[in-house]
Parts: sequence; C-alpha cells; structure tokens
Amino acid sequence: MLKFSKLNILTTTLLSILVIFFTISNFTTFDDEYLNKKINLGLDLQGGSYLLLKIDNDPVVIKELQNKAISIKTFFKEQKINIYNIKVTDEKKIIFSINKKDIEKVNELLNDKDGTVNPYFDQFKSFQFDVTNQSENFNILFSKYGLIRLKTSSLDQAIEIVRRRVDEVGTNEPNILKRGNDRILVELPGLDDPMRIKNLLGKTANLSFRFVTQASEETFGSEELEFEDGSEVARVSKRIIVSGENLVDAQPRMDNQTNETVVTFDFDRLGAKRFGRATSKGVGKRLAIVLDGKVISAPVIQEAIVAGSGQISGDFTFQSATDLALLLRSGALPAPLEIIEERTVGPGLGQDSIRSGLLALIIGFVLVISFMMIKYRIFGIIANTALILNLFFLVGILTLFEATLTLPGIAGIILTVGMAVDANVLIFERIKEEVRNEKNQIIAFDAGYNKSRNAVLDANITTLIAAIILFFLGSGPIKGFAVTLGIGIFTTLFSVYFIARLLTSLYVIKNKNKEQLI
Amino acid sequence: MNLNINFNKYYKLFNIISIILVVLSILSILVKGLNYGVDFKGGTLIELRINDNQTNISTLRSAFNNMNLGDVAIKNFGNDNDFLIKFVKKEKDKNLIQNIKKDLTKIIGSVFEFRRVESVGPKVSAELLNKGLIAIAASLGAMLFYIWIRFEWQFSLGAIIALFHDVILTIGIFSLFSIEINLSIVAALLTIVGYSMNDTVVIFDRVRENLKKHLSIKIFELTNLSINETLSRTIITSATTMLALLSIFIFGGEILKGFSLAMILGVVFGTYSSIYIANPTLVYLKVSYRTVVKEEK
Repeated sequence: MLKFSKLNILTTTLLSILVIFFTISNFTTFDDEYLNKKINLGLDLQGGSYLLLKIDNDPVVIKELQNKAISIKTFFKEQKINIYNIKVTDEKKIIFSINKKDIEKVNELLNDKDGTVNPYFDQFKSFQFDVTNQSENFNILFSKYGLIRLKTSSLDQAIEIVRRRVDEVGTNEPNILKRGNDRILVELPGLDDPMRIKNLLGKTANLSFRFVTQASEETFGSEELEFEDGSEVARVSKRIIVSGENLVDAQPRMDNQTNETVVTFDFDRLGAKRFGRATSKGVGKRLAIVLDGKVISAPVIQEAIVAGSGQISGDFTFQSATDLALLLRSGALPAPLEIIEERTVGPGLGQDSIRSGLLALIIGFVLVISFMMIKYRIFGIIANTALILNLFFLVGILTLFEATLTLPGIAGIILTVGMAVDANVLIFERIKEEVRNEKNQIIAFDAGYNKSRNAVLDANITTLIAAIILFFLGSGPIKGFAVTLGIGIFTTLFSVYFIARLLTSLYVIKNKNKEQLI
Repeated sequence: MNLNINFNKYYKLFNIISIILVVLSILSILVKGLNYGVDFKGGTLIELRINDNQTNISTLRSAFNNMNLGDVAIKNFGNDNDFLIKFVKKEKDKNLIQNIKKDLTKIIGSVFEFRRVESVGPKVSAELLNKGLIAIAASLGAMLFYIWIRFEWQFSLGAIIALFHDVILTIGIFSLFSIEINLSIVAALLTIVGYSMNDTVVIFDRVRENLKKHLSIKIFELTNLSINETLSRTIITSATTMLALLSIFIFGGEILKGFSLAMILGVVFGTYSSIYIANPTLVYLKVSYRTVVKEEK
C-alpha cells in the first residue's frame, strides 16, 4: 500500500494543480471561455425569485371538445347521418345520439384508423378519443394519450409565452423549465420583488374585439361582461371580430390630444381586413375591447378603421399601459396559470447567508485542523494537507461543472470537512494497533492501510447512499446539499488514498528506523 | 492507548432507557404532533427586518392581526430586528404580499424590508411532505439493502434498529420542543441515517474480524472488545464532525440552525446507538464465529 509509481505521483500532482486553478478561477476573470468557469450561486445566496406555476388545462380541454363537437356535426352531415342533441358536458365528454339504424356505421367511422374525425396515433397505439355507446347514445372523451398530447402541447405553448413575457421585462438570466406535465418553473435571479412578473404571468391575455349589443336584442349569442374598473356592465356579442392572435405589435403611447396614456396596436393583414369590414358596417355602434373576460373600454365607432391599426384607451397609468402592450405583444396563454409555490430571497439576506456560511466554514475548518494537529502531530499535518487539497478538489469540481452552490450546499462542505478526516483517523488508529505487534514500521503501516480499507469504504458508501437519495428526491437548495455531500465523498476518498497515503509513504520510508512514528 | 472500558456492563439498563425514550418520542409525535413549516403545511412565511427602534413584536402583532390573514404567528428570528411571520390564508389572493406591504407601511411606516418570502400552496406542500417521507423511507431501505449484502442478517437487524432509534429520537425531540420541521430537516435526517450507519458499520467490521480471530471469546466480551478497539476513532470522528456542526450552528446563520441542530442530535444518538443498540442486538441474537463463517463458505 505504500508503493507509488512515478506516473501516479505525477497524475496526482497535476490533478491537484488543476483543481487549485479552478478554485482560484472563481475569484478572477479569464478571457478564455473554457477557463472562465465559476460556481453558480443559488437563489438563496444571490437573491432572487423562484416561482412554480401550474397550468389549468380544463378550459383547453373544454375548448378542444367544443371544436371537436362542431367538426363531428359537419362530418356526419357530409356522411348523411342524422345526429341529435350533441353537446359538451361538464364531465369533459361529448354526448350525442343517432338513429338506431346508424349505430354500426357510426361506430365504424369513429374507430377508423385512417379516419380524420378521430385520429389514430401509431406511436402510442391509441386513438385521440375513446368512443363508447349505449345503443344509440354515444360518449366521446379524450383517450389517455389524447389528453397527454393535448396537455403537452398546451404546456409547450405556455412556456413559450411565459419566456416571451419574462424576456420582455428584461430580468437577468431567467431560467424557465418544464416540470412534470402541467407545471412551469421560473427562476429569476436578482429579482427581489416579483410582483410585476407575477402580475404579468397571472394574466391569460385573451384579447378580443366584439360589438356591444342592445340589451333587449338576442340574448343567446351574447353575454354580460363587467368593465375592468367595475363601473359598468355591458352586454357583449359572443362573436369575435378580431382576436389578439391577429396583432403584430402593441406599444404604450401618450395621446397628444387627450393627454392620456393609451396602447396602440397594429393588426396583421387578415386582422386589418376583418377589422376594417366590421367597423365600416358598424359605425355608431359600440365596440368592446375585452381582455380575459373583462371589458377594458367600449368606444363608439366614429368611422371605419381600415388602416389596420388603432388604440385602446382606458384609464391607464404609464406602467399599466406598458404591461398591457407587453402582454398583447407576447400573445395569449393557452390556459390560465396559477402560482402554486413562490420563494423570494432579498439580496441583503443572500449576502448575509454567504457571509455567515463562509464564516462557519472557516471556523469549522480551523477547529478541525487544530484538533487534528494536536491529536496526531506530524500525521495531523499530513491529514490536514489532504483535507485542504480535498477542499480544493471539492470546490474545483463544483466549478468545473459550474454547479449551483446553495446555503445548504455550504453546510454540506462544512460537514464534509468534519467527516473527511474520519477516513484518515480510521487508518491512523489502525496503524497504531498494527505498530504494537509489528516491529517493521513499513509492514505495520502497510497492514494498517490494508486492514482499514473495508471500514473506510463502508463508512463512505453509507453516506454516499444518503446523498444520492437526497439528490433525486430533494428539491431546490437541498439538492445543492446532496451535490456537495456526494462529491465530497469522492474527493475525500481521493485525498485520503492518493494524497495522504503518498505523504505518509514518503515520511515513513524516510524515517523507517525511528522508534515511534505515530 | 489501550482502552478497556466495560461498556456492555450497562447495556440492559441503556436498552431500557432507549426503549422508554423511543416510546416517549412516538407518543410526543402522535399526541403533540410535529411543527411543520410552510414547506410541509402550506401557507406563507415572511422574514421581516425592521430598521428602527420603535417597532417591536407587539406592534407587529397588532398590525398583522388587523390584516385579516387568519392565525398569524410572529417570532423573533436571530436578533431583535428580524422577525419571522407565518400564516395560512385560505382564500387565494394574487396580490397578497403587495397588500401586506401596503398595509404595513400605513401602520408602521416604511421602516421595514422583506428579506425573504416563501409561499407554498396546499398541493405542493402535500407533495413535498410525501416526497420527504419517501426520501427517508428510501434511504432506510437502501441502507438495509446495503448492509444486507455486506453483512449477515443479525448485523443488519442491529444496524437498522439503531437507525430507527436515532431517527425517531431526533424527530421526537423536534416534536417535544415544537422545533420547525422543513425541507432542510429532512436533509439532516437523511444525513443522520448515513452517519449512524457509518458509525455502526465501522464497529461491525471490527466485530466480524474479531469473531474470526478470537474463537473462544463470547459475543458479550467480543463486542465490548471491538467497541474499545474502535473507540478512539469513534471519539475523534464524532469530535471533528461535532466541531464542524457546532460551527454551522453558532456561526452559520438562522436559516441553518434547525438543520445543524438536527445533525448534532443525530451524531450524538448515532454514536450512542452504535454502542448501546447495534452491538447488544448481536448479543441478544447470540452471534458467534459460526454466524460469520457459515455465510462465507
């Protein structure tokens, strides 16, 4: 155990220099991209906001079913099959009934793998919808894969919109990730008041232009909507003239005539055409601008607007106009988002946490190396050298992988300092026992290393198991703890068996004739 | 150092004490319950710093009680100017934090800052709790598996009983003193599981070695011998780990207090249980030379 090849020594030295270099690289800047690596600070250390959003897919499912109901209706009309009472129920299914003679035909059409009305996905071996019937009454509901597919696409869309909105606000390196099949994680480093972002993400931003109808007129195709400021209720047609999808740009402006803040917008060609046609027909009518089911304003149409642009006024402050423009530019979310978890750390606390974490690390470190010095003298120095290099290895590896360091992560490093000496203690204590029975120092040291190996490995593997489980089941900052604790085990074993053993070997071989080495 | 302390002389007494403590812990957990933090209970936590000398905990208390937030718990956090405010508000309110800031400014002026805000919905907190329990169960299971392939079943049983003992006593103390249980406590518990195992395994390694070496010594004296032989290591490692943990506890800031406290308790229990729970199990199970050799044919 005490023999080292030259190559071995060389590799260990080179590796040590490498990790020392990467540790130092945290405090300096290099031009080279490959060298300029730094440990990322977690949100709990640098301050920032962590938001977990849940997408509410129910409206998407209902909307998709309503569309499907319409296409089923047209499809059977083409096939000359009469269907009755088709509707979407609250249990998220489409129900309808047919004449008894058509049952077989309808079943066949709805379960046709090449059909268009109920598409078949080869890769999942499943239809989009499950069709069941009790004689002439049919039920159509999403199959498991149909639903997963719908939710995945709605989540992907939502992430895109969230990213656009967050980018527009211009925060520093936001991190936006998918979590499961209905959640989005948004990390915003450096942001200590997430109010504005929360507001922006909390809005679906479904914009539509629709006519205000006379109260007495048709009630079927219209609905009562409240004004945004709660001042008024208007009966608005359900028919949408143009929706937010047809907007290409929106900006906050100051209206020179009224001195009001407004939001100006531009339509795409299709939107401009529709808007022009509707406004030319509807001069004198009121046009409601509806956002997320609330009327922002409902001006009277003075003249046809054919230029494809317009403006929305409605008691905006400059901030609210800016936000509305931003929402309109970035597009509507497919479904509402709800914030189900929020963690925000201010920069002051982050700074304090770094300071106290480092203080605890330094004090813990000094205590441990002093203890080892007093207990083992020359071997204490060896163990301490290994411990210091161990720290360099740990920090160096974290830097190399640009890992995220959290406050619990710092605790993990301190704990590693405390437990890392264990392996050397196990070995030294074993050597002491061996020395009692064996005159030859080299043989005794060799036996000490050999016989303690099982215990050292067992002791470290048990901690490693705990770290791995924490890594996979822990969340956020706790993962940071698992990472430092886990990497710490490997660096500890390396520093004990390559560095401390090398130093021990050099010392013992040089002093083999002395009476009592340890 | 040639130690020969007769640890095993008192093992029955300590076993009885341990059983009583475990029962008390379980009773406390069942009757008094656990003080879950927002991670596991849901709700909102605000760490508040006051920058003047006029505002104290009672002004804050009356201020928050007027905000219609339900049951608000307020306590000092580390020093006189920092406070931890916790509540669970049933109705959803998107602008909750902003409204609180506004209301608070009206009452005490803008002399405060929110250093930390954590808000966890009921669904997420239930998931986190579930995940935490799974993590603890998984780590216990993994340890059981590891020691089962490394040692004979008698050793596994001893180590696992010791593990449960340590985890239950730690949680029991948290329950008894109503110390908050949050995500970092779960991390601490898992680390305790690792540490307790580590300590037990080192002694077991020695017991197994000695079983083969000293064929005539009975298990009662043999475990005692093994404990003595590894005692200096046990003491030194506990000492250095404890130094590191005390450093976190004293200097590491308020946020790490619970975590380091749990770890400190765990190290104490882990060291104790290796000697007085794990090893006596081998005695009760009448482990002998045969136990080890039979398995290694």
